[in-house]
Amino acid sequence: MSGEALPPATGPEVAGPQVGVDEWVARRASRREYLPSWPGAVQRAAERVGWWPRLGIAAVAGLLLPVLGLSGFQLQVGIDSLVIAALAVGLNIVVGSAGMLDLGYVAFFGFGAYGYALLSSGQIGANGIHLPSLASIPLVMIAAAILGLLVGLPSRRLSGDYLAIVTLFFGEAFVEFTNNVAPNTFGGANGIANLDPIHVAGYQFLSNASYYYLLVAVLIAAMAALRLLETSRTGRAWRAIRDDQLAAGSMTIPVDRVKLLAFSFGAIVAALVGTVYAAQQISVFPTDFDTPILILIYAGLVFGGAGSIAGATTGALVVMVTYDGILRSPTDSGYLFYGLILIALIAKLRPWRRLGITLAALVALGFAVHAVARAISASWVAGAPQSTGLIADVLRYWLVIPANSQNAGKAGFVLLVCLLIALVQIKGNARTILLVPTIYLAAFVWETILSANPSITRQLMIGAILIVMMNARPQGLLGARRVEVPT
Amino acid sequence: MTSSPVLDLRELSLAFGGLQALAKLDLEVGVTEIVSLIGPNGAGKSTVFNVITGIYSPGSGEVRFAGESIAGLAPHVIARRGVARTFQSLRLFPNMSVLENVMAATYGATKASPAESILRLPRARREEREVRALAEEVLSFFGQRLAGYRWEQPAYSLSYANRRRLEIARALATRPRLLLLDEPAAGMNPAETHEITELIARLRAERDVAILVIEHDMHVVAGCSDRVVALDHGVKIAEGTFDAVANHPAVIEAYLGRDPEALAEHE
Repeated sequence: MSGEALPPATGPEVAGPQVGVDEWVARRASRREYLPSWPGAVQRAAERVGWWPRLGIAAVAGLLLPVLGLSGFQLQVGIDSLVIAALAVGLNIVVGSAGMLDLGYVAFFGFGAYGYALLSSGQIGANGIHLPSLASIPLVMIAAAILGLLVGLPSRRLSGDYLAIVTLFFGEAFVEFTNNVAPNTFGGANGIANLDPIHVAGYQFLSNASYYYLLVAVLIAAMAALRLLETSRTGRAWRAIRDDQLAAGSMTIPVDRVKLLAFSFGAIVAALVGTVYAAQQISVFPTDFDTPILILIYAGLVFGGAGSIAGATTGALVVMVTYDGILRSPTDSGYLFYGLILIALIAKLRPWRRLGITLAALVALGFAVHAVARAISASWVAGAPQSTGLIADVLRYWLVIPANSQNAGKAGFVLLVCLLIALVQIKGNARTILLVPTIYLAAFVWETILSANPSITRQLMIGAILIVMMNARPQGLLGARRVEVPT
Repeated sequence: MTSSPVLDLRELSLAFGGLQALAKLDLEVGVTEIVSLIGPNGAGKSTVFNVITGIYSPGSGEVRFAGESIAGLAPHVIARRGVARTFQSLRLFPNMSVLENVMAATYGATKASPAESILRLPRARREEREVRALAEEVLSFFGQRLAGYRWEQPAYSLSYANRRRLEIARALATRPRLLLLDEPAAGMNPAETHEITELIARLRAERDVAILVIEHDMHVVAGCSDRVVALDHGVKIAEGTFDAVANHPAVIEAYLGRDPEALAEHE
């Protein structure tokens, strides 16, 4: 999807700082991050606002959003997004700050949810346990902290891929455990239902709106607490072991203990979010805490920038609103799909002449192919695009869609993948020329099969967005550029 | 040599498989003494540092610091006792700011729990103030080199010489009684090398530390050491003043190869 002849500012030489770059060069590179003219001025003005005022603005915006009148669906998307955002902020401690690749993180989320479920339902004993929320939630958080220590103990001497494997096993073990062990207690695949709502000082959280506000409060509180921790001796120790474990040890930092602390704090945040999630869902199931959720948390963290609290939150919110909201509706996802293609073309195709010619060729190609196809047989253009509304009107005489388009769409998808690979391999004018039929084919595949299968398409789209992000900005949306120490 | 050395290695041996890295090494560093450790590449100099700082456990022998055995203790415990070091291949925390690099090294000297830090309770606030003041004081030791706007810059953006200085500043923040400098002048130009020599003397004068320094640059060794110890193949081959060690035939042999005539003449 990218044009050729990248402008030098995004070339590999400034993609990230290198060890040994002189400070003048480093400062020049940081100056270059500003956009030209007035967008740059806005950027500078925004940077003068401190971290805490920004958090305040975000909190007010989050709390005022429902006042605009959200539909039930939109509110649910908001709740899911806030859950993932708070989880990403917790994961950021382990992955972003302490630099440990923890793939079992989602199990702590599940532990929190199941812990709350067991303490707030009729599941255990004759009448069940119905603890007040102010007792059960802290209890679950403390238990999660201890679990975090226990998982961390055997893992603390592992690093990188090995830690990832062990923690991934732990995450999968949690799902298997809740699925199979003691079905009378954990409910097996049927999970635990009819949970008590969270109730504090006589107020019961019953509506989705109340959980939305509660989650905004939890997210803001977690961000504030972790920001204070990040800038303390503990946060510095985490970042020190991320950068260089051996040096950290020689600088009075007890490496193992600090790692365990990171595991525990991550677990506490995940468990807290788990309790609220369980209460909001009124039930828990093993599959709610499986790998797909983990991937979403990581996608948000990586998109927003690991190591940055604001980045983790923003990334998770963007990814989840896109994934759970926009990409579920064929019309909205259509706008996103064509919009992203257009933005990518405008951003990457230079000089302007090249962009103009490409767009003109694209329009001409469509009408020409449509006219030829209709002249051959009317049935070739008898189908309708999956998109409705404006997009359908625009595409009617441009895109060829045969009457029975499913098989053609599948064949087109395979061809599209081949064309994309070819596009990456070739360079120069040939790439620009090939770009035109590729985009036309992409539109065809979108209108025949992709748009009709949002459950698969939205995963493809998130993957594509992440790939584009990692190419354009490896440090993520708000992440700081980082150098790795070769060990 | 003072009566009670701050560092005392006795019959220290360490083997990696069949390779005898250190063989029955005796080494003393007196209070506020500056001792240079020289020897060809692979002589075991950095291994001595790694054993003292707890990165390796000695195979046999004793490591005594301030009269107590520290052999086998974890690196962070040894660092807390008062042994700080720099690394031959720079090992800063490159993505942390200059100030944070130094502040990170005060972890062992502070006590605030994570909960106290989150709530910014009095002890956490007081410690944070003290740590920042200490970091600024330590950085000011290097004058304009690590001053002002550089504090907030990430360590990776510093020039090579400034990174070496920052490593020394970070080591000083642990308030050491013994400072181990591993090739502090490596890769520096003559002017910077001269500056390092003066810096080592100033470190002792102003901060009351004993210094054990590994250095290949003989200008630095001659310029700052009270005593020089030469190693080869893990064995101490000479010890004494710079002139005595530099002219010792075993040292010349270790660096340049055997000269039978000179050897015979010396004996």
